[in-house]
Amino acid sequence: MSSSAGSGSLARYILVRIILVIPMMLILLTVVFLLLRVAPGDPVSASVGGRLPPAILAQKRAALGLDQPLYQQYLEYLGHVVRFNFGTTISDNQPVLSVIRDKGGATLTLTVGAFLIALVLGLPLGRLAGRYRDSGADAVIRIFGIVTYAAPIFWVGVLLVAFVAAHFPSWPTYGIASAQTTFVVPTHTHILIVDSIIANYWSGVFDILKHCVLPCITLGLLITGVIIRLVRVNVIQALKGDYVEAARARGVPEGRVVRKHAFRNALVPVITVIGLQVALTLSGAVLTETTFNWPGVGTALVNYLNERDYTAVQGLVTFFAVVVVIVSLLVDILNALVDPRVRY
Amino acid sequence: MAGRTRDFLHTIWNTKGLARYMFWAGAAITAVFVVCAIFAPWIAPYGFDQTSAHGVNFPKLGPYDSHHLLGTNDQFYDIASRMIWGARTGIEVVILSVILAGLIGVPLGLLSGFVGGWVDRVLVFLMDALYAFPSLLLAIVFSFLLKGKLGSGILAAALSLTAIYIPQYFRVVRNTTVSAREATYVEAARAIGARPMTIMRKYLFSNVVQSVPVLATLNAADALGTLAALGFLGLGIQPTEASEWGYDLSRALDDAQGGNWLPAFWPGLMIVLLITALTLVGEGLNETVNPALRRRRLKPVVFSARVPADVAATGPSGGTHGVLDGPDDRPGGGHEEAAT
Repeated sequence: MSSSAGSGSLARYILVRIILVIPMMLILLTVVFLLLRVAPGDPVSASVGGRLPPAILAQKRAALGLDQPLYQQYLEYLGHVVRFNFGTTISDNQPVLSVIRDKGGATLTLTVGAFLIALVLGLPLGRLAGRYRDSGADAVIRIFGIVTYAAPIFWVGVLLVAFVAAHFPSWPTYGIASAQTTFVVPTHTHILIVDSIIANYWSGVFDILKHCVLPCITLGLLITGVIIRLVRVNVIQALKGDYVEAARARGVPEGRVVRKHAFRNALVPVITVIGLQVALTLSGAVLTETTFNWPGVGTALVNYLNERDYTAVQGLVTFFAVVVVIVSLLVDILNALVDPRVRY
Repeated sequence: MAGRTRDFLHTIWNTKGLARYMFWAGAAITAVFVVCAIFAPWIAPYGFDQTSAHGVNFPKLGPYDSHHLLGTNDQFYDIASRMIWGARTGIEVVILSVILAGLIGVPLGLLSGFVGGWVDRVLVFLMDALYAFPSLLLAIVFSFLLKGKLGSGILAAALSLTAIYIPQYFRVVRNTTVSAREATYVEAARAIGARPMTIMRKYLFSNVVQSVPVLATLNAADALGTLAALGFLGLGIQPTEASEWGYDLSRALDDAQGGNWLPAFWPGLMIVLLITALTLVGEGLNETVNPALRRRRLKPVVFSARVPADVAATGPSGGTHGVLDGPDDRPGGGHEEAAT
């Protein structure tokens, strides 16, 4: 690697990173294919077997291409994924892509809300704990961080629901919106809250926001724990830096040293790791959606799992894999833009 | 080995600040759960799938009384017994999956780091891809597949979790191996004619495994959460096979919406306590083992009587003064200024 810094190396870094996506995607897709197509045997009889006559079962198998040799199925699968075709569900005969389109908006709303809550809570608390290391505040914040991370997200959700149901009976505890809102708002983007804004239906927006509060807090607390731990450790490391000592020697007030010098630099690694939390957030979203009966991709996945619908599960899991790979690509590029050391 | 353990405990003892207390608090709570797990049949008042005793059926969602310390749940099970048996299930699954993951991940990492070349590249890529995948989804897929073959018992649950943690051991061990491979002691071993297997087993292994205990403890905490999540989604251990906290929680969801939150509270509390305890042990270990994070305790030193009385009487610490034994022991910025 040449040591010349400049736009040339940045462009090359991004290009290499994009090219690396291909083998990574290929490995993930292969793993998903091998797990779901090879291991169990026959998806059709697993999901609808016993309910249909053998002739129709064979017909369904042929329609899914399951009578072809394995390598051909594999190539076909890859070819479909490249064209964003994730297959068709067996149990209710829908293209997986339309399941994702219909349910993805709810999952997106949930995760964005959760991340906002986590950043608003996690960044200041982590900075506080790092600055006053080993103090009472540090102990309390760290234990809060560990407990929110340790508490099963569904347990937090269930307790919140029980509390709200007991003290504020009119507050919604499940679903994304009341029946009236979903009925009135016309579909444009498949993201209910955006559609509601487009339709200028503000009581609907308010209704959706009310529904969002509990699930977003539940998922947000999980991410908050992670962010607190990260920010704390990085602030501690940054405070040991020579430039911090130098700033102190110049007589910069301690609060300003922490805020302007240490915290800024502590945030660089945090960006990367927050990006990596997307995987954690997706796992958390599946559980949060199940707890709150939230009509997202996670709930759909759990329903298809219970239906033993292999193609639906395979399609949704493939979709999650694609999301993870693309997000990690974006995070790396963002990181290269922020921190010149990354792109040596 | 005993000497090494003593050194290790000594390091923990000499660490300053919260890390030490966190470690001991975590260890104590974990010990309680381990005792519950080992002696579950003697501690628990009833069996984990027992719905009647002495010819009397247990009530559904019964309140706590002298027979049922924490009441009964919606499947007529005694909650207190389920909690105690759950410790056994959780610890069994976690130990099994962490050991299996270590048994596969550590040798693979050692081999990959030592051999290098294309083997290394392929393995690193594969493991990175697996690591990037949402762990719960991976576990879901595995348990979904194993359900048909192994049923839904402890072994199936442990195997579903194993795959998640292999990449972590692999990464840590592989990276340490790569940096240790060129060390002088390895070169020396090579010079005296040690074969690759010997170098890996005798020289690299013991230097490389040191980071594994921290990882294993943190993974154990994580595995427990994932096991509960599988149970909550209905993909984990079934209630007739063993008592599992996550499953009990999923059964209690509807009761919570109806206002009866206690059947949901207890299993969740058990999960939180055990995960927190394991995390405390892991973090405590990390802060003591990792020199970058460690802060040593100041050793009290008593000065001789020649110290003038007015100096000795300046503070509550009297004749005891700190001795600096590391760069980290500088009375550091934050607190001092916070105190003034």
